[in-house]
Amino acid sequence: MNAILEMRGITKTFPGVKALDNVNITVKAGEIHALVGENGAGKSTLMKVLSGVYPHGSYSGEIIYEGQERRFKSISDSEELGIIIIHQELALVPLLSIAENIFLGNEQARFGVIDWSAVFSRTKELLKIVGLSESPETLVTNIGVGKQQLVEIAKALSKKVKLLILDEPTASLNEKDSNALLNLLLQFKAQGISSILISHKLNEITKVADSITVLRDGGTVETLDCHVGEISEDRIIRGMVGRTMEDRYPKRQTRIGETIFQVENWSAHHPLHSHVQVVKNVNLNIRRGEIVGIAGLMGAGRTEFAMSLFGRSYGQNISGQVRLHGKEIDVSSVEKAVANGIAYATEDRKTYGLILEEDIRKNITLANLEGVSKNLVIDDIRELAVANDYRGKMRIRSSNVFQEAVNLSGGNQQKVVLSKWLFSNPEILILDEPTRGIDVGAKYEIYTIINGLADAGKGVLMISSEMPELLGMCDRIYVMNEGAMIAELDVAEASQEKIMHAIVKSGRR
Amino acid sequence: MDTRTVDDIHVPQQKTSWLEFIKAHFRDYGMLLALLVIMLFFQVATDGTLLRPLNLTNLVLQNSYIVIMALGMLLVIVAGHIDLSVGSIVGFVGGLAAMMMVKWGFDPVTTTIACLAVGGLIGAAQGYWVAYFKVPSFIVTLAGMLVFKGLTLALLGGMSVGPFPVGFQRLSSGFIPDIFGGQGFNYTALFIGIASVIAIVYFSVRSRANQLKHDVETAPFGLFWAKNVLLALLVITFCYLMATYRGLPNVLVIMAVLIILYAFATNRTTIGRRIYALGGNEKAAKLSGIKTERLTFLTFVNMGVLAGLAGLIFAARLNTATPKAGLGFELDVIAAVFIGGASATGGVGKVTGAVIGAFVMGVMNNGMSILGIGIDYQQVIKGLVLLAAVSLDVYNRKK
Repeated sequence: MNAILEMRGITKTFPGVKALDNVNITVKAGEIHALVGENGAGKSTLMKVLSGVYPHGSYSGEIIYEGQERRFKSISDSEELGIIIIHQELALVPLLSIAENIFLGNEQARFGVIDWSAVFSRTKELLKIVGLSESPETLVTNIGVGKQQLVEIAKALSKKVKLLILDEPTASLNEKDSNALLNLLLQFKAQGISSILISHKLNEITKVADSITVLRDGGTVETLDCHVGEISEDRIIRGMVGRTMEDRYPKRQTRIGETIFQVENWSAHHPLHSHVQVVKNVNLNIRRGEIVGIAGLMGAGRTEFAMSLFGRSYGQNISGQVRLHGKEIDVSSVEKAVANGIAYATEDRKTYGLILEEDIRKNITLANLEGVSKNLVIDDIRELAVANDYRGKMRIRSSNVFQEAVNLSGGNQQKVVLSKWLFSNPEILILDEPTRGIDVGAKYEIYTIINGLADAGKGVLMISSEMPELLGMCDRIYVMNEGAMIAELDVAEASQEKIMHAIVKSGRR
Repeated sequence: MDTRTVDDIHVPQQKTSWLEFIKAHFRDYGMLLALLVIMLFFQVATDGTLLRPLNLTNLVLQNSYIVIMALGMLLVIVAGHIDLSVGSIVGFVGGLAAMMMVKWGFDPVTTTIACLAVGGLIGAAQGYWVAYFKVPSFIVTLAGMLVFKGLTLALLGGMSVGPFPVGFQRLSSGFIPDIFGGQGFNYTALFIGIASVIAIVYFSVRSRANQLKHDVETAPFGLFWAKNVLLALLVITFCYLMATYRGLPNVLVIMAVLIILYAFATNRTTIGRRIYALGGNEKAAKLSGIKTERLTFLTFVNMGVLAGLAGLIFAARLNTATPKAGLGFELDVIAAVFIGGASATGGVGKVTGAVIGAFVMGVMNNGMSILGIGIDYQQVIKGLVLLAAVSLDVYNRKK
């Protein structure tokens, strides 16, 4: 097979950082080529070089595509040749229809007048290919993230794609949607479309990829051919982190004490549609030093449950009791919930967790300003000491605590969020997808921190869509589906199969 | 993956040089520099009229109400909102004060307290819709602007009302009397100047020592003293010039106290910090236990009180309340805050910036008037300066 794309000796520097250092990658025609590496390894930068976001001249090295050297000045140059990139953050306009989104910037028009019947019939064809049964007139905001991802792919198809680049396409998809998407890639492969797949989910990569290029610290480590012997996930991880990961989850000596936290008959309704009950009579307890997980599919109501519990941050008509150390506590506002020893670290760091334009120090003390102030006046020096303390303890990699949160990598941002909540000194920490979008090495650090919390006698409630993570970290796992707790499993008896089984069984009822 | 990650950049701790420090803090010093350049320009262009004691006094009096409102507007803008109604509130409160004292026979003290309370109430009324009802502040205050412009006309019956009792006029036209009884030279003014210089130097030396003790990045030694000496010279020269005329205006003292109060509140208090967090990311602030609605509400109440105060000062300065008072003030105030480096999306801005911004506008107004530039081209130039200042700021932030 000959190569559709060859990138040779790509080097790209930003002020102070060498983001890419002599990177080489060869994509064969009609293959699925996976690009893996820790956050900050240079994957997205490389793809931006390829697609022309960083124009020719801003990097060194050469791009050979379809046998010729190419010098892309902008995205439109690369798109013209069939290189289409789908970014992690979807570029769809929520309040336009599927059809309008698909042909945005590429309108089916004559003299500026849109031919709507052509648009709709083309859209229908494209949607059929990607397996969507939605009407082309449906607004994008009304369909789920999984389907939005498929719309993006349909959009790419509308542009005669030859090389499709997907940046973390399944990051926010559930298992079913992820599988559908991967199958679609395999279909494209059969039709001769090449793709580059960037993903942290190694199980998906081993499932579909033909070759895997591993990047580390801006350089190419190796390219693995998946057709020569079995490539295990551990093998890939070794390339990514440059060391063997003996165990992905740090060991912990569990010392579980008495029950400290109880939720009884917790219910919540949808914030707009008051007749829809999103959380249904949930009962749950956490013991001292215990890590309790909540498993479930996307949309099972786990985040909604956690946020309704945390100061009624979600929903309406919320009812139920919360007890800490056997005493009922008031969690009717975030302030009261925090004061009563509850903390909630969100699944969406950038939207709900951090003030991105503020520095690390101010983010850490935000939930407990009283802890660094006297009579409403902030003690700068004490605040700085607190921030430096957490920066050291949590190993937040930055030049100092005055660095803005926006400039940190995902793992370090998450450490800032965790620091913020630890400084509020909670008894119970609710961690919602604590390792989402974080690379393998940083994940291990986050796990170690979580274990440390349990060792310190706190109760941890961990929500995660990655079942291996729950099985590796938790002492006990609740399974949630359609707003209700449908099973409670001790980790010793739990397995991915059992969890899925419980979900499927409850769905059938 | 984020290309801007900095995981592996270790910036070695070293002594920062002057140039690097100024570069890093360009936004803090840039506007101050611009103000000095503008002043120098007009000082030369007006043959030294700009800094004559009489004109300097005028400059302060003319600008005081803009500066005072800029303090409140800064908080509103940092919180992610805007208040278009302040000009109308100035007119309305001024009119109310006039009616109370001239027509209804209240004394100045009662009038002042009542008017500030009314200002606060107006702010509360608008803040309620913005904070709890989530109506965009642009709409709410646009409505307020029309409502209070109309109410001012109604209240005054379309006429000018004045003059005011002497006690009330002092608010704007009064000066701090000389306790040393100097003839033609106000020793108190100079004394206050020297005392404030000592206070400034004392506090900055103490804070620097504290920072050094805890290994916080500080301005280089030379720059630190250069800045302090320059500031001291400016303050003393200013006070000396004022002393040769009639001393320090009462308004100046009110203004200075408010500036210090608000600078402290935004930099050092929990409420200030929370307003920045609210403007930076309201959702995250809310999930961190900050009562975002109440905070938004309070920034509008605060704005209302300050607009009320500005209304009183303005009325006292003209010694009459007219239905046209305060017309277009909101534009100068908002421009001042943005020239001072605040971000239109909230979360960013400084009290010192807003004050400097207000003086940039004020000096230009004053200087251009002395030069005889018509009101037509004055507005053109002011508009361009606003655009230039903010573009420069945006450009700087991108780098």
